[in-house]
Amino acid sequence: MFEVEALRRQFPILQRQVHGRPLVYLDSAATTQKPLAVIEAERHYYETLNANIHRGVHALSQEATDAFEGARDKVRAFIGAARREEIIFTRGATEAINLVAHSWGRQSLAPGDEILISEMEHHANIVPWQLLCEATGAILKVIPIDARGALVPGAVDAMIGPRTRLVGITQVSNALGTVNPVADIVRQAHRVGAVVLVDGAQAVAHQPVDVVALDCDFYVFSGHKLYGPTGIGVLYGKQALLERMPPYQGGGDMIAQVTFEKTTYNSLPYKFEAGTPHIAGAIGLGAAIDFLQHIGLDAVARHEDRLLAHATQQAEAFEGLTCVGTAPGKVGVLSFVMKGVHPHDIGTILDREGVAIRTGHHCAMPVMDRYQVPATARASFAMYNTIGEVDALFRALRRVEELFLK
Amino acid sequence: MSDLRDLYQEVIFDHNRHPRNFGPLATANRHADGFNPLCGDRLTLHLRVEDGVIREARFEGAGCAISTASASLMTEALIGKSEAEAAVLFEGFHHMVMGEITSVDLGKLAVLAGVSEFPARVKCATLAWHTLNAALKNASQPVSTE
Repeated sequence: MFEVEALRRQFPILQRQVHGRPLVYLDSAATTQKPLAVIEAERHYYETLNANIHRGVHALSQEATDAFEGARDKVRAFIGAARREEIIFTRGATEAINLVAHSWGRQSLAPGDEILISEMEHHANIVPWQLLCEATGAILKVIPIDARGALVPGAVDAMIGPRTRLVGITQVSNALGTVNPVADIVRQAHRVGAVVLVDGAQAVAHQPVDVVALDCDFYVFSGHKLYGPTGIGVLYGKQALLERMPPYQGGGDMIAQVTFEKTTYNSLPYKFEAGTPHIAGAIGLGAAIDFLQHIGLDAVARHEDRLLAHATQQAEAFEGLTCVGTAPGKVGVLSFVMKGVHPHDIGTILDREGVAIRTGHHCAMPVMDRYQVPATARASFAMYNTIGEVDALFRALRRVEELFLK
Repeated sequence: MSDLRDLYQEVIFDHNRHPRNFGPLATANRHADGFNPLCGDRLTLHLRVEDGVIREARFEGAGCAISTASASLMTEALIGKSEAEAAVLFEGFHHMVMGEITSVDLGKLAVLAGVSEFPARVKCATLAWHTLNAALKNASQPVSTE
């Protein structure tokens, strides 16, 4: 049984006030709030287990290693990966993409090869590929989106070709909420021998993910958008690919043997985890996954869909307000602009009402260009939001109207 | 709402809706672009400076109410001022929006004093002024608030 009020008590920050009003946190697409279970897991690690991993013979080091590797197993099960060797801990989705671009990309691309991304990508899934193109002479191609914010039908088919080496595609758009047909794209890409990296940063907290069913070659996400800590994220990669890729960073933990003449590398996943990792973060992410699975992603998705439907209905009835991103089946976010009011001004006025939303380009400047707006206001929803909070958002938007457009 | 009224004064709404000195300037001899990467605000400033005096000032671009009103009010304040006087105004304006005391007479620009209570918005108010600085130096690179 999904009971949002009981759930909210698991998130201490939701009790606080902002400018003398109850916090209405509608910026979970930027980062989610953290439940007690995650906060306690990190605290427990530092209070009782803290030691470096994979090296000490003493008890604490062993226990810390077990907890860290236990978190890896939780991640593996959470995204349906076949093997724990395929789960690499990174600082976040951004680092995971950079790892692939650097390690896989520099080894695999020749001048004239093509990388295909979409117009709705986050900067994190654009810039690493641009850097790679500069370094290798590969060409970046961009799948256009239509007025609703969906990939233009047929464009993927038309743009994937014999020179396509990699397709980088977001599963869910952070600026628009669009859900992309990732499994179809993977099939099309594989037909020409291209690999596919799926950016799951905005997806994992909203829908169950199965990387084997998707058949994607790489899948990345961040812990902090999944009710977990900042500074920890995941790269999933098919083992055969990861085996062939050179290390991304050198250092401790990623080596088998070091001499000044020749260094051999550790096995997967450690080959890609140089240096002491964010141990507490990984353990916290494991706790977040346990927490989310206990609630049930299907129940969370249904709840968020209700919130989004309610918000969309109110937005459509609000004169002067235009939604940006209206693709069928979208999830999680309501991006909008208001006639006569810049999003930044909306954000300031809402903040004084206790309502936290994101305003700006959402690290997706090409999306803003596509809609010819400098920025949007974006409300995003998570498991702990209520219908009452959606109503508070629209009451606050009425204040914006009073102040600006009276 | 009272502190919001301090920020969003009537004069600011007026300049936001009807920005003064808005548009290109064919006779300009100084230009600069300003950019606030955090919110995407962009501004281009055109000046006609003769014998060290700002004879004309116009701006183009898209931004929030604070940055648009600030640019509009700035162009009004600049026309007829020497470059040295403009530099003094900039310094005084900067002190004001940072919540610091200034002895500079800012005239109408004082309506932006409320910005000091909204730290996230200080850059909106100063974008035009940083762009002015670049224009007076005739900087070729766009100036950024970051």
